[in-house]
Amino acid sequence: MKNSTLNFLKDRLNGLGRSVRENIEALGFATRMFFAILGRSVALLKRPILVTDQIYFLGNYSFVIIAVSGLFVGFVLGLQGYYTLNRYGSEQALGLLVALSLTRELGPVVTALLFAGRAGTSLTAEIGLMKAGEQLAAMEMMAVDPIARVLAPRLWGGIIAMPILAAIFSAVGVIGGYLVGVPLIGVDDGAFWSQMQNGVDVMKDIGNGVIKSCVFGIAVTFIALYQGFQSKPTPEGVSLATTRTVVISSLAVLALDFLLTAVMFSK
Amino acid sequence: MKKNSLDLWVGLFVAIGLVALLFLALKAGNMSAFSFQKTYNVSARFDNIGGLKPRATVNSAGVVVGRVSSIGFDDQSYQATVTLNLEERYQFPKDTSAKILTSGLLGEQYIGLEAGGDADMLVAGGKITQTQSAIVLENLISQFLFNKAADKGSDKDSAKK
Repeated sequence: MKNSTLNFLKDRLNGLGRSVRENIEALGFATRMFFAILGRSVALLKRPILVTDQIYFLGNYSFVIIAVSGLFVGFVLGLQGYYTLNRYGSEQALGLLVALSLTRELGPVVTALLFAGRAGTSLTAEIGLMKAGEQLAAMEMMAVDPIARVLAPRLWGGIIAMPILAAIFSAVGVIGGYLVGVPLIGVDDGAFWSQMQNGVDVMKDIGNGVIKSCVFGIAVTFIALYQGFQSKPTPEGVSLATTRTVVISSLAVLALDFLLTAVMFSK
Repeated sequence: MKKNSLDLWVGLFVAIGLVALLFLALKAGNMSAFSFQKTYNVSARFDNIGGLKPRATVNSAGVVVGRVSSIGFDDQSYQATVTLNLEERYQFPKDTSAKILTSGLLGEQYIGLEAGGDADMLVAGGKITQTQSAIVLENLISQFLFNKAADKGSDKDSAKK
């Protein structure tokens, strides 16, 4: 009786230690892989078509979902913001509310979450299947470095596409807020734009939003590549890696957003 | 052929992104309010600046003539030192007075300049000597309540007599 309890505890402790060790090891490998990709990116300058290819694949294909989501988020912000502000008789500030929430928070964050779902998963699945089909191993046999040929252009494609998508999201969202606020509800047109222009600072609000979206782009794309590269070369392994990409990159985006907001917007 | 059409689509995508950023900066942000006019600095001291912030507007007769560039504290006179960044095309007499005003009841605070009658003009690095502090709502209310109480007290006194 006593012995079995002890054994149970021992197993638990062993398991705990192993999982901590594995996680730290994974973190170390991820860091090494990140710098390996960065170090092999110089070769891309000679073949920029590889990156263009990925921007097309990650950016252009995500354009429609980002633009449509931005429009509807703008609509909802316009409606909800109006009902809340109306209680305090300050519905004139609707433009400011819509623009600040989009450029500071919703633009970068929602775009990153959608990007993780739309582009991150396809990256993971693509690389996972390349690995399962032993294409990566075949490349190495032909003395083609898979990190330089496959991973690096995808990382840079994601880093470039993400801020562009976030800017489109914010701009379309502002237009959506305008459409609901001014023609539909009847907020004064001049007050809507002038309050917005008085309150939104180009460097502080829009600039920091762009920095945020660049950071999210790096995080989401790298997590997707890492999960694909580390996946087990089986159908289950690839599907598990795809799920993990969405879960981990969404959590990473939200956590990073908190940190960045704390650094940027607290004086 | 395939390469060319790919470049076209990616170029279009990047161009739409740039247009979106430009739209945010010009239409939603304060980029269009940046003036590239030459400016000069003058300073003014206030007993209390209330909620005045850097980059608040400086108005004269309701027209924006400059912005607050910095706010400091002078521990010799225990006053706030406010540096104003005025546009060079607007010149003000030396005895101009500055007031801290509020737009609307609870709006942003800004500085209002009222021109004086002096023949000499303010120069860069000059000082505005006549200033009026911000009105602090709490002080106003406590003053009002105090006056009310004093009135009531004197009413009672007169009733007794």
